[in-house]
Amino acid sequence: MYATNYHRAGSVDEAAGLLAGNDEAKVLAGGQTLIPTMKQRLAAPTDVVDISRIEALRGIEKSGDAYVIKAGTRHADVAGDAGLKADIPGLAALAGKIGDPHVRHRGTIGGSIANNDPAADYPAGMLALGATIVTNKREIAADEFFAGLFETALEEDEIVTAVRVPVPAKSAYSKFPNPASRYAMAGVFVAKFADGSVRVAATGAGADGVFRIPEMESALASNWSPEAVAGIAVDASGLLGDIHGSAEYRANLVTVMAKRAVAAA
Amino acid sequence: MATVSMTVNGKTVTGEIEGRTLLSHFLREGLGLTGTHIGCDTSQCGACVVHVDGKAVKSCTMLAAQADGCTVTTIEGLARGDQLHPVQAAFREHHGLQCGFCTPGMIMAAVDMIERHGGKLDEATIRHELEGNICRCTGYHNIVKAIKAAADEMSGSVATAAE
Ligand SMILES: Cc1cc2nc3c(=O)[nH]c(=O)nc-3n(C[C@H](O)[C@H](O)[C@H](O)COP(=O)(O)OP(=O)(O)OC[C@H]3O[C@@H](n4cnc5c(N)ncnc54)[C@H](O)[C@@H]3O)c2cc1C
Ligand code: FES
Repeated sequence: MYATNYHRAGSVDEAAGLLAGNDEAKVLAGGQTLIPTMKQRLAAPTDVVDISRIEALRGIEKSGDAYVIKAGTRHADVAGDAGLKADIPGLAALAGKIGDPHVRHRGTIGGSIANNDPAADYPAGMLALGATIVTNKREIAADEFFAGLFETALEEDEIVTAVRVPVPAKSAYSKFPNPASRYAMAGVFVAKFADGSVRVAATGAGADGVFRIPEMESALASNWSPEAVAGIAVDASGLLGDIHGSAEYRANLVTVMAKRAVAAA
Repeated sequence: MATVSMTVNGKTVTGEIEGRTLLSHFLREGLGLTGTHIGCDTSQCGACVVHVDGKAVKSCTMLAAQADGCTVTTIEGLARGDQLHPVQAAFREHHGLQCGFCTPGMIMAAVDMIERHGGKLDEATIRHELEGNICRCTGYHNIVKAIKAAADEMSGSVATAAE
């Protein structure tokens, strides 16, 4: 790892101040992506600004018909939250499937979505649930937030402070993990809302990262059953193909994961 | 260089570190606690697992500076003098190791999972919980057996103590 200057921020404002005007500085949250990347010398920030001790960035609260999950909340805390398990079981289950227990003890929801790895789990949950990403500057709808491979709508010095997730009538996530890394080879999140509308998002498979599947959404809105999506295949030409699986293989996995998610919801 | 201070295995320690110093490096090179192993450089193997503020984490994936002010337990901190921790004793009893390289991380992961699940640990849960710890000798079978035996024993003693 290259040398770096460590700063511990006591507040979001202090962190923003440390980032301002220094495009070689990076936010450090759980470090479960940034530190491995720095160890590989794929990232070499001159400064890291540690936000993981900011108390105001941690916690899960129900507010009206939505949950506000602060950006620094660990995967293990989302997985174990009694309210989320009852109201948005798909999201709690998703968090419990990320990596391994040690990764879940450190990694945060804010870090995961800011990173927008094409094989990460949270982006599928945020997109399918129609979440709002709250930053220190503004609010961004999930539909606008995830902008491609490792790309988001965030500006250089913008900090995710929370996500606001509407409570759906039903939700579930089904993931086919890469057996070595545990990241998704394909993961599908399905959510059905009180007004009857449905949102479906897939991760792990898209060449541009997480994406919605409108054909499945309309099929499920009129018939909420695994059979409704069994015949719907996504076009393999827009999917990732690598040593772990071809684009055609991933296209098939997406349909299988969608069926399983609907069956589990 | 900066100064960090933390409680490691019950003792307050202070050391000089660089911003990039990993917790695993500080424990091994700074404090001479070489029971914490480094088995990979991709944060995947789990040989480096220690407890920070009571939770199992990969010490190779945390900066020493991030642990400033924290309470850290390493494999060296489990036994009480000559008396092995029940999980250590179970690994010995059930042959939960061959080369021994992954063992410190396995045992720290096992103690953490038993604390979270108590006596309700079944084989499937143990295997799922071990996803962050790689062993290249045993095929996991005796590791799982050892953890199950230790969990049963520890929940038994917890129940008795609570009565
Ligand atoms: C062995 C292993 C297995 C894993 N398996 C999975 C898996 O199966 N599924 C999965 O989804 N993930 C997996 N991960 C990644 C894990 O979920 C990370 O926790 C997550 O990607 C990043 O969160 P973090 O808090 O650790 O962020 P960090 O590593 O600290 O930061 C990641 C990036 O986000 C930026 N950032 C962090 N927080 C903020 C914020 N609040 N605002 C703006 N920018 C921010 C940082 O600057 C950095 O660029 C795995 C990681 C490991 C090591
Ligand atoms: S040495 Fe830390 S996970 Fe391998």
